[in-house]
Amino acid sequence: MEFRDNKAIYLQIADYVCEHILLSKWKADEKVPSVREMAVELEVNPNTVMRTYELLQNKNIINNKRGIGFFVADEAIANVKDYRKTQFMEEELPVVFRNVYLLNIGFDELQTRYNSFVKENFNS
Amino acid sequence: MITINNLNFGYNKKKLLFKDLSMQLSAGHIYGLLGKNGAGKSTLLKNLAGLVYAQSGKMDVLGFDPAKRQPALLSQICFIPEEFYLPAVKIDAYVKANAAFYPNFDHTYFANLLAEFDIPAGQKLIDMSYGQKKKLIIAFGLATQAKFVIMDEPTNGLDIPSKAQFRKIMASALTEDRCIIISTHQVRDLDNLIDTVIMLDENSVALKASVEEITNKLCFKRVKEIDDTIIYAEPSLSGYNAVVPNFHDEDSKLDLELLFNAVLTQKNKLKPIFN
Repeated sequence: MEFRDNKAIYLQIADYVCEHILLSKWKADEKVPSVREMAVELEVNPNTVMRTYELLQNKNIINNKRGIGFFVADEAIANVKDYRKTQFMEEELPVVFRNVYLLNIGFDELQTRYNSFVKENFNS
Repeated sequence: MITINNLNFGYNKKKLLFKDLSMQLSAGHIYGLLGKNGAGKSTLLKNLAGLVYAQSGKMDVLGFDPAKRQPALLSQICFIPEEFYLPAVKIDAYVKANAAFYPNFDHTYFANLLAEFDIPAGQKLIDMSYGQKKKLIIAFGLATQAKFVIMDEPTNGLDIPSKAQFRKIMASALTEDRCIIISTHQVRDLDNLIDTVIMLDENSVALKASVEEITNKLCFKRVKEIDDTIIYAEPSLSGYNAVVPNFHDEDSKLDLELLFNAVLTQKNKLKPIFN
């Protein structure tokens, strides 16, 4: 995994876990890699991974079964979507809006673009 | 686990390198020790390992005074110096002669580390390159299972794959009862590995804070223009890379090089933030 420049590492690891869950690589009730395994895999401090796992626990995306490890929560996919939606609305959308405003892009044009994007990428 | 109180140290009595330096280290952390050339990084590490004697001050390492060099403490310290000498023997003979000093030495783990570092067993130490020797002493040091791991510029001389291997090995070597301190200039080699930054400057500890605390208090980001909220900034392709107070609870990625320069040049602005 390549880390990007500008986002806190523990949040990038959270995105990595969320993506695995959304893509069903890790399914509900399955064990996620231990803190140590994840730290070794990503070459980061185990305390950073612990911080990620605590965040994901608070969002009910994973849960901690004492003595056994961390598991994907039952409602994980719905909760990942909630979490990612909040992030998108708060962090990414303002950047898009700024450009839409600065470049005078009309909503009709965006709608057309959006429709063909969905068609090309998700409806084939 | 480790306490330093009012340490005064100088190689020359008239010119002190550390004046009343105090700090505490706990188990379960990887500390990154930073500082300019000559700031005393290696010297601090040597003080902790009992390799040099302070003029005054009190040091407690795992309940011992390191200057007394008691075997019970030394067997719990793994010290990887920047410059080292290895005798003209084979790896087996080196291990046979030295592992006995470490009651918890783990031979299987040592063999695994050699394999991970791609060092063929049965080699003669003097036929090995600097990087290979370095990997050998890192492997030996970690295999001692020492509770206190001190590394002075460990990634110097390591090739690119070995650096990644080193980070993996260190990530798995950090346990709850182990304390690891690593000095480095190569911040990019280690910036995701350390969880607490210690910076030495002007005879003392200029900053000691966890990455979490630093990024709670400071925000590292690109800005288009400089205004007076900015603590420190460096020009970049698209504006400036800046350190600003974290007013809005933003999450950002710690930029160690930027922080380093900010600490060196903007002490007055940073001090109130970290006190």
